[in-house]
Amino acid sequence: MTKAMYPTPMLDQLESGPWPSFVTGLKRLAEDKDYVVDLLGQLELSYKTRKGYWKGGTVGVYGYGGGVIPRFTEAKDADNKPLFPNAAEFHTLRVMPPAGMHYNTDILRKMTDIWEKHGSGLIAFHGQSGDIMFQGATSEGVQPAFDAINELGFDLGGAGPAVRTSMSCVGAARCEQSCYDEATAHRTVINSFLDDIHRPSLPYKFKFKFSGCPNDCMNSIQRADMAVIGTWRDNIRTDEALARKWFAKHGMNELVNDVVARCPTKAIRLKELGELEPGDSVSTVAVSDTHGLEIDNHDCVRCMHCINVMTGALAPGKDKGATILVGGKRTLKIGDLMGTVVVPFMKLETDEDRAKLVELGQQVIDFFAENALEHERTGEMIERIGIVNFLDAIGIEVDPSMVSSPRTNPYVRMDGWDEEVAKINARKQVA
Amino acid sequence: MSQPQMRRAVESGVPDNRQFLHPLLIKNYGNWKYHDRPRPGVLHHVSHSGDEVWTVRAGTQRQMDVHTIRRLCDIADKYAESHVRFTIRSNIEFMVSSFDKVGPLIAELEAKGFPVGGTGNSVSMISHTQGWLHCDIPGTDASCAVKALMDELVDEFRNEQMPNRVHMSTSCCEINCGGQADIAIIIQHTKPPKINHDLVANVCERPTVVARCPVAAIRPALVNGKPSLEVDEKKCICCGACYPPCPPMQINDPEHSKFAIWVGGKNSNARAKPTFMKMVAAGIPNNPPRWPEVSEVVKRILRVYKADARAWERMSDWIERIGWPRFFEKTELPFTKYLVDDWRGARANLNASTHIRF
Repeated sequence: MTKAMYPTPMLDQLESGPWPSFVTGLKRLAEDKDYVVDLLGQLELSYKTRKGYWKGGTVGVYGYGGGVIPRFTEAKDADNKPLFPNAAEFHTLRVMPPAGMHYNTDILRKMTDIWEKHGSGLIAFHGQSGDIMFQGATSEGVQPAFDAINELGFDLGGAGPAVRTSMSCVGAARCEQSCYDEATAHRTVINSFLDDIHRPSLPYKFKFKFSGCPNDCMNSIQRADMAVIGTWRDNIRTDEALARKWFAKHGMNELVNDVVARCPTKAIRLKELGELEPGDSVSTVAVSDTHGLEIDNHDCVRCMHCINVMTGALAPGKDKGATILVGGKRTLKIGDLMGTVVVPFMKLETDEDRAKLVELGQQVIDFFAENALEHERTGEMIERIGIVNFLDAIGIEVDPSMVSSPRTNPYVRMDGWDEEVAKINARKQVA
Repeated sequence: MSQPQMRRAVESGVPDNRQFLHPLLIKNYGNWKYHDRPRPGVLHHVSHSGDEVWTVRAGTQRQMDVHTIRRLCDIADKYAESHVRFTIRSNIEFMVSSFDKVGPLIAELEAKGFPVGGTGNSVSMISHTQGWLHCDIPGTDASCAVKALMDELVDEFRNEQMPNRVHMSTSCCEINCGGQADIAIIIQHTKPPKINHDLVANVCERPTVVARCPVAAIRPALVNGKPSLEVDEKKCICCGACYPPCPPMQINDPEHSKFAIWVGGKNSNARAKPTFMKMVAAGIPNNPPRWPEVSEVVKRILRVYKADARAWERMSDWIERIGWPRFFEKTELPFTKYLVDDWRGARANLNASTHIRF
């Protein structure tokens, strides 16, 4: 370090306490980099004045239109000179993570070496969109940093009105609740839209997220324009040895209060062993020499609760796949929207299955690109035009699994009713 | 003069994660049978093949300097078979092939300042945003605000004593990049934007800004002879949507940009359908470097939830059982008229029944 540290009395207070301190990390970087000395200076100023001092701009890498978040300082003196000149530029490279955010130490060390050389030395694992965020490069440093990261086999993610970086859960790699190969689906879908990631030209952002089961660890239902959430169609699997082990440890009160009573559709019943009624759509399992569980799988909504509580004793079925929901996003500007079902179930086992998912994504994005207003997300567009028009456009038939209930008002033109009924009857005859 | 030769990007997209997976995860890919948790911070997964893998989870500061990352790599190389992953809440996970390695790994992580926990029914790390460090529109900071709060909640991170898992988030503006959570801490502006009319014409695409307003409160105007924008301050809901496309419409205010606290957001489909969080407190000052007023409200809600909720009730399940009147009574938070929804679809949030708890 050639430059003296600025006094940072407020930030200093964040070095004590048991949680790892990001200020301590910055100070360690500042020992070698004047860049970070000035960054700390500006951050302390923000703490004092309670104001932000970054503005956007245009910085990118050769051949791409997005993926870099430019930041120029607005902390300036009366002559418009930066107060912290070494940190006057502090751009971020958004880099797409591997599915499930798995790394080995070799690749992490290579990333740190690159960022120590070309950037500030500060990396976030991960941003809210899932990117590895290489935070803090000068305009000059951006291209060589990207070149080196790209040589490692990593690529920039999305920013602006583009298809965005995606995330998937730990999934099949280390979770018994995985219902499809999340990593392969994630990689196949996202790598089919690289042009729309690297060259922003959509009305607004478009996000895919991949969760392996309805626990939705990737928060896809409220954060993704298209959420791919694993599920299954057949019966919950049971394992008597693990069920008995669970019951021996937890007992009847917990079985009744925490498992049976918490089933949202009352699909589980506790019965004496002799009264269990196995059937095609029924899962049964003994938990003791006297009692067992009986699950009517037609009534089960695949919420995951009983499986979460009795992991292994109960498990997702074997006929696995995913539910596709479209339109999730946070408030601005019409209010919060959860994604809603557009495909109740699709298999995701083969390359052909995944090609269908890519095709669906392409249809939705094409329609979005053509029909959304500027700065309108997919969910807002659907809210404006109605889900039926949206489904018509992407060629998907309505299904009662798409609604909480049929309509509760009569305000609709229905002159096409007979044709629709005829279509449905014709389809039934073919099937 | 010729252009310098630029390297053409390899549009490789998402890398194949198999090159980074622990060998046991590759071997048992898609074949796991069940898991349990031998202690807080540790997951134990068992495969149908009989293989077992132990995962130790530790908290990080998310925004990490290269030296911290290398320290974590050193730990992974020495104690944990050189493979790690990160969770969506920026916890780091180390996978090991035998239980013998768990104890020394935990001891080393704790000794090096990385708290082990965040599993099961704990308060996990707070999902957060960029804040003053890097964002162009932040009302507050992120990493440091999270550090301040996690310092106070670290015991709940290290233990699994909550009724169910508690996910938290912080966000530096109402866009809410932190996301839905059991408890979310979000900036809530309380005054309309302050407009620098000298800059609007040059910096802002005015029709875009007008279109961005959710309540149609912005209109083009000539101010001091310059084309600018004006805000109908009676209509303005102070959401800040105009600020990103038009930085001269400054919405952040050191005094009047406050915090609101929201509860009951849940993404999981477990038990009830996923839920949006609801605003339950507001007017909390933006008070760096440790935001004690925020911590006080958050800790109060957590304390009541921990004491009152039954096993497996997430925040939203618990409130669904006890009802909102008792939520406000037990947490001693004031229920004001500002908490009654009047946005689109607000009637769905009114009580259209005589279901009232006394």
